[in-house]
Amino acid sequence: MCKGVVDVRRVVDISKHELVPKHEVMSEEEAKELLERLNITKGQLPKILKSDPMVQKIKAKPGDIIKITRKSPTAGTTIYYRVVVNE
Amino acid sequence: MRIIPKKVERIKFGLLSPEMIRKLAEVKIVTADTYDEDGYPIEGGLMDPRLGVVDPGLRCKTCGSRVGDCPGHFGRIELARPVIHVGYAKLINKILRSTCRECGRVLLPEEKIEEFREELKRARRIGKSDEPIVEELFKQARASKSCPHCGAEQKEIKFEKPTTFIEVVEGRQHRLSPIEVRERLERITDEDAEVMGFDVSVARPEWMVLTVLLVPPVTVRPSITLESGERSEDDLTHKLVDIIRINQRLEENMEAGAPQLIIEDLWELLQYHVTTYFNNEVAGVPPARHRSGRPLKTLAQRLKGKEGRFRSNLSGKRVNYSARTVISPDPNLSINEVGVPEIIARELTIPEIVTPMNIERLKKLVRNGPAKYPGANYVERPDGARLSLARVRDIDELLEKIEPGWKVHRHLIDGDIVLFNRQPSLHRMSIMAHEVKVLPYKTFRLNLCVCPPYNADFDGDEMNLHAIQSQEARAEARVLMRVQEQILSPRFGGPIIGGIHDHISGAYLLTLPGVRFTKEDAFHLLYASGIKKPLPEPEIVENGKEYYTGKQIFSLLLPEDLSLRYKAKVCRKCEVCREEECEYDAYVVIENGRLKCGIMDEKSFGAFAGVLLDRIVKDYGTDAAREFLDRVTKLVINFITWRGFSTGIDDEDLPEEAKERIAEILDDAERNVFELIRAYNDKILEQLPGRTLEETLEMRIMEVLSEARDKTGAIANEYLEREERRRRHENSARIMAVSGARGSLLNLTQMAACVGQQSVRGERIKRGYSGRTLPHFKVGDISARAKGFVRSSYKQGLSPLEFFFHNMGGREGLVDTAVRTSQSGYMQRRLINALQDLKVEYDHTVRDTRGVIVEFQHGEDGSDPSRTDWGKMVNVKNIVEKYARTEAE
Repeated sequence: MCKGVVDVRRVVDISKHELVPKHEVMSEEEAKELLERLNITKGQLPKILKSDPMVQKIKAKPGDIIKITRKSPTAGTTIYYRVVVNE
Repeated sequence: MRIIPKKVERIKFGLLSPEMIRKLAEVKIVTADTYDEDGYPIEGGLMDPRLGVVDPGLRCKTCGSRVGDCPGHFGRIELARPVIHVGYAKLINKILRSTCRECGRVLLPEEKIEEFREELKRARRIGKSDEPIVEELFKQARASKSCPHCGAEQKEIKFEKPTTFIEVVEGRQHRLSPIEVRERLERITDEDAEVMGFDVSVARPEWMVLTVLLVPPVTVRPSITLESGERSEDDLTHKLVDIIRINQRLEENMEAGAPQLIIEDLWELLQYHVTTYFNNEVAGVPPARHRSGRPLKTLAQRLKGKEGRFRSNLSGKRVNYSARTVISPDPNLSINEVGVPEIIARELTIPEIVTPMNIERLKKLVRNGPAKYPGANYVERPDGARLSLARVRDIDELLEKIEPGWKVHRHLIDGDIVLFNRQPSLHRMSIMAHEVKVLPYKTFRLNLCVCPPYNADFDGDEMNLHAIQSQEARAEARVLMRVQEQILSPRFGGPIIGGIHDHISGAYLLTLPGVRFTKEDAFHLLYASGIKKPLPEPEIVENGKEYYTGKQIFSLLLPEDLSLRYKAKVCRKCEVCREEECEYDAYVVIENGRLKCGIMDEKSFGAFAGVLLDRIVKDYGTDAAREFLDRVTKLVINFITWRGFSTGIDDEDLPEEAKERIAEILDDAERNVFELIRAYNDKILEQLPGRTLEETLEMRIMEVLSEARDKTGAIANEYLEREERRRRHENSARIMAVSGARGSLLNLTQMAACVGQQSVRGERIKRGYSGRTLPHFKVGDISARAKGFVRSSYKQGLSPLEFFFHNMGGREGLVDTAVRTSQSGYMQRRLINALQDLKVEYDHTVRDTRGVIVEFQHGEDGSDPSRTDWGKMVNVKNIVEKYARTEAE
């Protein structure tokens, strides 16, 4: 018998799942360097919701930039950046 | 002319208030008549001269401008009684249900309203749509039975589409007149309107009920004069006439104190006319019709759909300097060229600025004028004024005046760069830049190698041509869009332009082992193909006579230092490849520009497949590739013409022995099917995992039958080939299939041996009567022939039953293609809409026009797929081989 709802995140470490790429919060300096290199403001980065399970897992706050290292069929590994937003 | 760039920050949509309409309108329209007996427009009528001018020569009574300059001016109709605007009826319904019938407040407690107000503010700040929030408010407010503000009890309101509202008061239905509706909307406070999504500075709820109707200027609804001198009015004018007429009658009846019933009828009629004036395709309203019975095209119809203003006039405009005609092939043209008929060349022009260097040449063209071929149609003065050469009387006087700084719009001449397009334009290769070659007759001509990217054939296809008007555009087209620059497809990193049909069979026959030419024949062929290269030493000397092999001739087209090895299309995929020793000559070896062994076929330079062509474009550049294709076209076409090539039904002839063997296989297969059915009936059929017994049986039967068809195909092919070898009698159909020129071995099988199982939805045919496909079979018969197995070959001919099944399968194919094209077309439209302004920047990021990044490295590896080796970044084997060769030297 199953009673109550179990939060899967408390049982399973989603970051260990094969399909979840590595997420890291970028430091202030790294973020600044990235924005300068791309010559953009934070608003021009792809967004990620603060309610995203991985964002909560790595405790990123709105405004933080997350560096995602993914596997890529064309390039081996590839890096993507997303900015945490409220909604 | 200096253009000051401006950025549109935002667009605000609102409703027109009655006051606004009165301010906007120059004229109050009072009479339904348009013109008097003398044909002059009546003041206060729908064609009032103050509404703008449409007749050339006249001046506008409002602004004093002439035709092109007067934008037209609005008028107004004062409606005797208000009417609902159909476009807002749904919203009015929601508002009526969510607001108090007494005090007009939103039917929610103050705190709740405040909450929604906050939420809306937040949504607006982050640029989110307010629609879901307002919808939620309507949903919650609708549920209230009484007003939380004044306590009034709320009645149920029914909405009868399209424009009627009915309130149920104590079980009695009371129709709310537009006046009552308007009064209720008026009671809503600005603050409440705001939480319902209104921006009250531009839209008050009551403005959705019309009291004044804006009449568009005559320029929006021009009347046309027919040849008979009769005037024909625009549909909108007709509709407005109807509105005014009823409006007048309603007003008169009201003044005369007519009974309420009559007034209500007229009011209803007015509502109908105003409704259809906005949209003549409202559900539940009979469309207003023209005298001829054709439904009128009113405001919404002008904008909506494929033929509407947006899709037909704004997204897709018609352009000048373009031409369209039927296309036909010409192997003598380069792939970069397009043959343009002289009549088209005389019509399309290119502006050329007069300079001291070209003044003499251009003056000659101007003297020739529009009628004599290389001529000109217009000259343009430095001030931009255009003079038509067709209308100039004294040409010498004009020639005197022409000096540097003028522009001459001269005819298209050989070498001009133009854009050439075939619809549907599905990929970038659907529009390519070609060089003009002016030719006689009336069709556009193109080299056959460019058929694949355009997906063109010559069964009546038409194509469009655009003459480029500016120097920058010309340069850009030449560098980026020229056919030779498009040989490699960005879709798969191989050539999309290349030989087809006769190119392939021609090259195959030319490079077949044993093909030889006397010196004379070789020279003939090469001269006809315009190849001016010295012949190598003859490979064969027989009885003192010298012979050149086909491979030697073909080698003349190859770059001198090209070395390459690959397996041709004719390769049989033997277990152990004997490479150079291949008995089918399917292993191609090119060393230093000489074709040592191997047959040229589709894998060499065919569109979508050419390995050799691919090597040439990537290692020697597009110029070399263009030259190679041009020469191959000519050489191979000349060769196949000289040699002769034709196919007929005897290409599918099989000896008796083969027919017997095929019949035997098919008999076996049918017997096996019966075995399977018996095994099923005896319940000894072994079930496949994850399938029911019935499914298993069906799958096994399909398997047996398709295997049988393949076996018959193999036999047919075996005999065709054996005959070919034995009697040295070429089988053109087989040559085409094997070399990849046209058709496949499956096609041959179906023609010569057995057509095979027909299918609908991937299953054997089962539809028809209950338990059987046709009355010729017993109920429950699931044998091969009862379920659409066609035993005959196309050549033998099909039995009536087989023919019927074949038709069923064939029809499904047709329906599928029809459905697929429309679906994929729609998908493409939406994809293009979504992706149209994404662009790869110089730093390899993909961004939209706001600079928002979509991808940080294009394709994650920053590669241009057309520069890759069939999608792979590098071809290591090639590099190693190349290195090994240089090392050896």
